Amino acid sequence: MATATKPETGADAAVSRRAFLTVSAAAGGGMLLALSLAEDAEAAISSSGSVAEAHPNETAINAYVTISADNTITIMSKVPEIGQGIKTSLPMVIADELDADWNTVHVVQAPLDPKLYGAQFAGGSFSTPMNWDALRRAGAAARAMLITAAALKWRIPESDLSTSQGKVIAKDGRSLTYGQLAADAARVVPPDIKNLALKIPSNFSVVGKSIGGVDSPKVVTGQPLFGIDVSVPGMRYAVFQKCPVFGGKVVSANVDEIKARPGILNVFLIQPESPTGLPDGMAMGLQSGVAIVASSWWQANKALESLKVVWDEGPVASQSSAGFAAKAQELSTQAPHKVIRTDGDPKGALAGAAKVIEAAYSYPFVAHSPLEPMNSTASFTNGKLEMWSPTQNPGAGKTLVAKVCGISEDAVTIHMTRCGGGFGRRLGSDFMAEAALIAKLQGEPVKLVWNRNQDLQHEFYRPGGFHYFKAGLDANGQLIAFTDHYVGYANGPKASNSSDLAATEFPAKYVKNLELATSTMQLGVPTGPMRAPGSNAHAFVFQSFLDEVAHATGKDPLQHLIDLFAEERAAPPPPTPAGKGPPGRGGGPGFPMGPPFSGKRAQDVLEMVRDTSGWGKRQLPKGTGMGVAFYYSHLGYFAEVVQATVLPEDGTVKVDKVWVVGDVGSVIINPTGALNQCQGAALDGISQALGQQITINRGRVAQTFPEYPLMRMYQAAQVQVDFKITPFSPTGLGEPALPPVIPALCNAIFAATGKRIRHLPIDTTLLKT
Amino acid sequence: MSYTINVNGTPRTVDVDADTPLLWALRDSLDLKGSKFGCGMGLCGACTVHINGTAVRSCITPVSAVGTSNVTTIEGIGASETGKRVQDAWLKVDVVQCGYCQAGQIMSATALLNNNHKPTDKDIDDAMSGNLCRCATYVRIRAAIKQAAGLPTTDTREV
Repeated sequence: MATATKPETGADAAVSRRAFLTVSAAAGGGMLLALSLAEDAEAAISSSGSVAEAHPNETAINAYVTISADNTITIMSKVPEIGQGIKTSLPMVIADELDADWNTVHVVQAPLDPKLYGAQFAGGSFSTPMNWDALRRAGAAARAMLITAAALKWRIPESDLSTSQGKVIAKDGRSLTYGQLAADAARVVPPDIKNLALKIPSNFSVVGKSIGGVDSPKVVTGQPLFGIDVSVPGMRYAVFQKCPVFGGKVVSANVDEIKARPGILNVFLIQPESPTGLPDGMAMGLQSGVAIVASSWWQANKALESLKVVWDEGPVASQSSAGFAAKAQELSTQAPHKVIRTDGDPKGALAGAAKVIEAAYSYPFVAHSPLEPMNSTASFTNGKLEMWSPTQNPGAGKTLVAKVCGISEDAVTIHMTRCGGGFGRRLGSDFMAEAALIAKLQGEPVKLVWNRNQDLQHEFYRPGGFHYFKAGLDANGQLIAFTDHYVGYANGPKASNSSDLAATEFPAKYVKNLELATSTMQLGVPTGPMRAPGSNAHAFVFQSFLDEVAHATGKDPLQHLIDLFAEERAAPPPPTPAGKGPPGRGGGPGFPMGPPFSGKRAQDVLEMVRDTSGWGKRQLPKGTGMGVAFYYSHLGYFAEVVQATVLPEDGTVKVDKVWVVGDVGSVIINPTGALNQCQGAALDGISQALGQQITINRGRVAQTFPEYPLMRMYQAAQVQVDFKITPFSPTGLGEPALPPVIPALCNAIFAATGKRIRHLPIDTTLLKT
Repeated sequence: MSYTINVNGTPRTVDVDADTPLLWALRDSLDLKGSKFGCGMGLCGACTVHINGTAVRSCITPVSAVGTSNVTTIEGIGASETGKRVQDAWLKVDVVQCGYCQAGQIMSATALLNNNHKPTDKDIDDAMSGNLCRCATYVRIRAAIKQAAGLPTTDTREV
């Protein structure tokens, strides 16, 4: 793979990995420790290359750790980096147990090789809980092998040896660097990783320290890192125009006219026979459209201005946001399609309630809009496909492109590049399918780049939804009944991707008489996960309506939330390591399960944010208010307070400050990265609430990029972040700080103005006084 | 058409259509991939470069309009004292999340500090609001600009 400007990818590491596999096999099944982390170790060993291919001064201790004679320690980062900081934080976990000197660590993106590395994707805030324990053991195993090597060399017991900062040190003061020991260590039989002694937290040397992003020096000097930066010799450039209506098909186009334009090499009408995967965003594959291949991307994109296509728009052209809103209203007056949870006697309790509160809430479709537009570079030669893709989901992408090109997955190589934002969008692989096929048709390497409006208008979206709530209070103002009729979207019998409502949605279990019910409308617009999927919408509606309930009871809203969990306060569930407990929220088939939800942990973050924000103690001017919300998602507990000011003359909402308190367990692996994620998530949520909306009109997206306002510097409030440390295995931070900020903001607006925000994005014209 | 433009102190020749934006000449003809394509509409700032010291959006600046002006990109900004200070501050404050917008942010921040050695929060808002950061690292961009200016990095905006 010779490339002129090649972002760092797994290919850099291939030499070391082959060496590792061979050395391990030669050492008699020595690869055990990597194997225990992988699905099929035997297969990995049998595919090994020869020692001769290895760099003579580098020794791979295991699949994650390679040590050079000059003491450089190369650590593999197994999952895609999308801005969540995982390329820094997971290697930190390995380096800590290895007792490496972080200054000598060089991090390299691992190749896509699930047999060696296990699951490799960025989603669900799973990377930390799925890998924390396993990667500690990978680091500890390598350290143990270095100690064994030193003990053999010096002929002294291992108990006389310790490690520090990349050295093995004997009691008598002798020391050897890891670089000096690496070659011997690679021949040591790896220890049983289940019985390794792991550090106690007070001995952490890397974990818990703030460490800047490993790629940041390259980012700030403009070196190529991202998918869009890939350059392959002989590469051509492509754009791909799909029907504005989702699922529409190309009938004909002015191909000859486009071909006559400057720089245009080819025009392909793509009419796939296989299913497009619509409207499931995660399953989206190749769709019908027109591919234009040119000598430069500018020429290809410019040609779109002259492109005339006759489309068969198909059935989705009859769908619109306005139509769905009217239909939802109609459905809300009818019996729900499905009751997903009934506790007690909600109807009876409402009928007998001293006071009933009713409210209708809704939220729109939202686009992810990562700043790096969808793109991929593909080279198809002799039946083999090589791709460089900014993807969150390289394994799924590999399966898809193999299918699209009609080749086996063994004939596909995927290089994961750094991603210019993900937010869930790159869990779909549609852009990879397009690049793969265009490269195959062109017979030359091709870089496909979507333009910005294509990116906005051919996403899959956070699904919109409509909620119709009722709450009943008894004569003492206690919440005794709660019902929600959620009208969402479906594709056939299945809820549209990421539009599910869980039967465990809070306050389920905490209100005696409760009903959660759903009705659905058939949707042809693609939907899928966006940062904190489901939660980013449901937090807004449930936590806003509970704020309404609190005000109706006359209680302080923060105390009201704490009191809702009161039953559990007496007997909190015992700490359970992640992965060992019964199913908790945020898991799923094949994914780690956290310990069961704990009302005590919820109460604790609420109490802490009461202190950090000065809740109830601050004198606020007229037009300024504070709101609070709590949400549990992705195994993280987050309580957040927003202070907002509403300008009376035009209703403009100014967010003054956000206070975030999170509980993600016992360790904050990289505090600077953790703060960055929480600050970003809080501002991301505010950005959504203030202006983001995708409207569907006749089956197509109504907005262009200038009509899709993303937060800018002048709107970005201070965000204070604090963590509550608890004795649970650490969990992820890419997502859980987002959901509560939206209702906290809307509740702050209510506190400031007495006006309740029940629909997103916030309509400031309703806030004028 | 052939154009010779001065990029980071060196004359470079590109052969592109006259309407080709400077961004694509830099990225695809000169292999300077640091300036990023975000929107192609001058709205996100990811493509920001300096032309004679002024921050401009290279995605809407035709290469034919550059003439003999001096173009500075993220690859070259570290050669200036201010640019280096801004890059260092970005690392010290650990601004980066995904990093895609940061080249443009650094170019806008450097232009700001070249004209205004002690910017206020309002100055920062005014100079930086043309640069989107989808990860919303704004709090840290603000701190890094202050760090580079030798100002206290604590957020002093009124609450």
